[in-house]
Amino acid sequence: MSTVAAKKPNLHHARKIKRSVGEHIFDTCNIIFLGLLALTMLYPFWYELAISLADANKVAISKVFIWPEAMSLESYKNVCSDPNIWSGYMWTIIRTVLGTVIALMLGFHFAYVLSKKYFPNRVLWTGLLVFTMFFSGGMVPDFLLIRDLGLTDSVFALILPGAISAYNITIMRNYLMSLPDSLEESARIDGANDIVILYKIIFPLSLPILATVALWTAVGHWNAWFDAMLYITKSNKQVLAITLRRIVIAGTNASATSMSGEEMNTNMTSETIKAATIMVATLPILCVYPFVQKYFVKGVMVGSVKG
Amino acid sequence: MTVKAQESHRKDRGFKHLMQQYWRCKYLVMLLIPSLVVLIIFKYIPMYGVQIAFKNFKIGKGIVGSPWANPFWSVFQSVFENPVFWNAFWNTLILGAMNLVIGFPMPIILALLLNELRQERYKKVVQTLSYLPHFISWVTLSGLFIQLLSPSTGPIAAITRLFGGEPYFFMGRVETFRWVLVVTNIWKSVGWSSIIYLAALAGVDQEMYEAALIDGATRFQRVWYITLPSIFPTITIMLILQSGSILNDNFDQVFNMMNDAVYRVANVLGVYTYDLGLKNLSNSGLAKSTAVGLFKNVIALILVLTTNAISKKISDNGIW
Repeated sequence: MSTVAAKKPNLHHARKIKRSVGEHIFDTCNIIFLGLLALTMLYPFWYELAISLADANKVAISKVFIWPEAMSLESYKNVCSDPNIWSGYMWTIIRTVLGTVIALMLGFHFAYVLSKKYFPNRVLWTGLLVFTMFFSGGMVPDFLLIRDLGLTDSVFALILPGAISAYNITIMRNYLMSLPDSLEESARIDGANDIVILYKIIFPLSLPILATVALWTAVGHWNAWFDAMLYITKSNKQVLAITLRRIVIAGTNASATSMSGEEMNTNMTSETIKAATIMVATLPILCVYPFVQKYFVKGVMVGSVKG
Repeated sequence: MTVKAQESHRKDRGFKHLMQQYWRCKYLVMLLIPSLVVLIIFKYIPMYGVQIAFKNFKIGKGIVGSPWANPFWSVFQSVFENPVFWNAFWNTLILGAMNLVIGFPMPIILALLLNELRQERYKKVVQTLSYLPHFISWVTLSGLFIQLLSPSTGPIAAITRLFGGEPYFFMGRVETFRWVLVVTNIWKSVGWSSIIYLAALAGVDQEMYEAALIDGATRFQRVWYITLPSIFPTITIMLILQSGSILNDNFDQVFNMMNDAVYRVANVLGVYTYDLGLKNLSNSGLAKSTAVGLFKNVIALILVLTTNAISKKISDNGIW
C-alpha cells in the first residue's frame, strides 16, 4: 500500500490521512465487488474447461461447477479425431494471416496516398472511402457479387470484401498526417521518389500503428463466421468458427427439440464434447491474450484521438 | 472566339492541368490503384446491386438483366404489408433501446469504481480480465452461455435446485430471452467500453481534488462535483453516438443465441434479412431481403448523420 501511495505522492498521502469509517467500508465493498466482477468474466471459461475435462456421465447429472470429479480426456480425443476441426484450424489460420497481410498492404498504401495534402482530388478519394463506413449494399448484393465472381468456396471470398476498412485506414491516415513533413522534404532533396520515401522513411516510423491495426484485423478474421457460412459450402474448406457452430449450437438445438419429446439420443452431441470443442477453439486466444491485450488498449487510445 | 468555345477551352485546360498534377504524383497513383480497385469491386458494386430492391428479380437474368418491378416500389409494398417485417422492426427497436438504456451506464459505473481503487496491481488485473470477453466471438460465447444457462446441466439451474426452485429455461422462453441478450451483451462489452471513460478520468486535473480536499469535500462529493462533470463531455458524445446505432441489432449475438421457441422476440431485422433472402435463395425473397436491408441501411444512415451533427454542435466532437 505504501509503495503504491509513493508513486502518486500528494493526493494519496492526503487521502490516506483523511479516510473516514464510511470510506473504509466503501473501499472494502468496492474491492470485493470488482473482484466478483473479475470472477464473473473468468468463470464461464473456467466452467467450460471443467466440464470439458469431466466424465460425460458426471455432467449429465450436473455435478460439475468448479472442479471435475472424474477427470477424463475422452472428449478431447473425440474432438481431435474430427478432421473438420483440423481443416477448420488450417483455414482459420490461412484467412487470418493472409487477410491481415492483404488488408494492411492495401490499407497502408491507401492511407499514405490520402495523407498527402498535395494529392489531386484528395477530398473526393477520402469521401469515396469514408462513405463505405456508413452505407453498404447489404447481405444479398454482397452474396450475389461473390457468386458472380466465382469466389464461392475460395478463401478470397473471406479476405477481399473486408480488405478495405474505412475506419482502420482513417486511423492510419491520421497517424501518417501527424508525422512531420520535414522528414519527407529532406529525402526529396536527396532525390528520393514517393515509393522510396514510403518504404525507407515512413514505413519504419509507422510500425506501432501498423501493429495495432494488424491485431484488430487478425482478431476480426479469427472470430469471423457469417461470411464463411454464406460463401463456403464444402466442409473441408470451412473455417473453425462454423465447425464450432455446427457442433455446439446446432447440437444444442437438436437436444432442445428432443427434450420436447421426439427422438432422444440420436444425433445429440454430449455436453463434454461441446465444451472440449469450445476450449480447443478458444485456447489460442486465451494463451495469446495476456501478452497482446495492452496493444489493443493503446489502439483504442489512438482511435479516440480525433484527426 | 465565342463564349461557349472559350468555356470548353478552359475546361480542357483544367482537365489537362489535373492530369499533369496526377502525373506529378504518378507513384502515389500507382500505390492507390490496387486499393481503389478492391474498394470499387467489393463496396461499390454491391451498392449498385441494391437496385434488386426495385426489380422483378430473376437470379438467372442477373441484376442488370432483370426487368424493373411495376410499379417500382412494389417490392417494398409487399415487404411493408408483411406483419413479420414489423415484428422484426419492433424487435430491433426494443432490443436497441434496452441495450442503450441498461447497457450505456454500465461502463461508466465500472470506470468510476475502477478509478476509486488504490491498489494499482489489483486494478490492472480486474481491467485485464474485464476486456477478455471482447475478444471472443459470439459463436463461442453463445455455445458457452447455452451450456451455462442449460436447465438440465447448467450451474445456474443447479443453484436454483439447491434452493428448492424449478430450473428456468432462460434462453427458451419469450419472457426472458431479451434479458439474456442484454445481460450477456453487457458482460461482453462493459470492460472494453470502459476504456474510453478511464482515459477521460486519467485526464482530470489532480489539483482540483487537492483543492477540494483542503475545502473538506467528502469522497462522494469529490466524485459528484469534480469527476463526473469532468468526464461529462465524453459521456455526452458516447451517448449520442450510441443512440445513432440503435438499429444495429447485434446480428452476430442474436443469430447464434436464438432458437425456434423464441423466434417471436429474436426476429430482428438482420435475422429477417437472412431468413428472407439467403436461407433458400428464391427470386422474390432475394428482392425483398435487399429491400429490407436497404430500408435498414437508410434509416441507420440518417440516424448516424443526425446524431453526429448534434454531437458536433454540442461539443465540436464528431466522429469525423
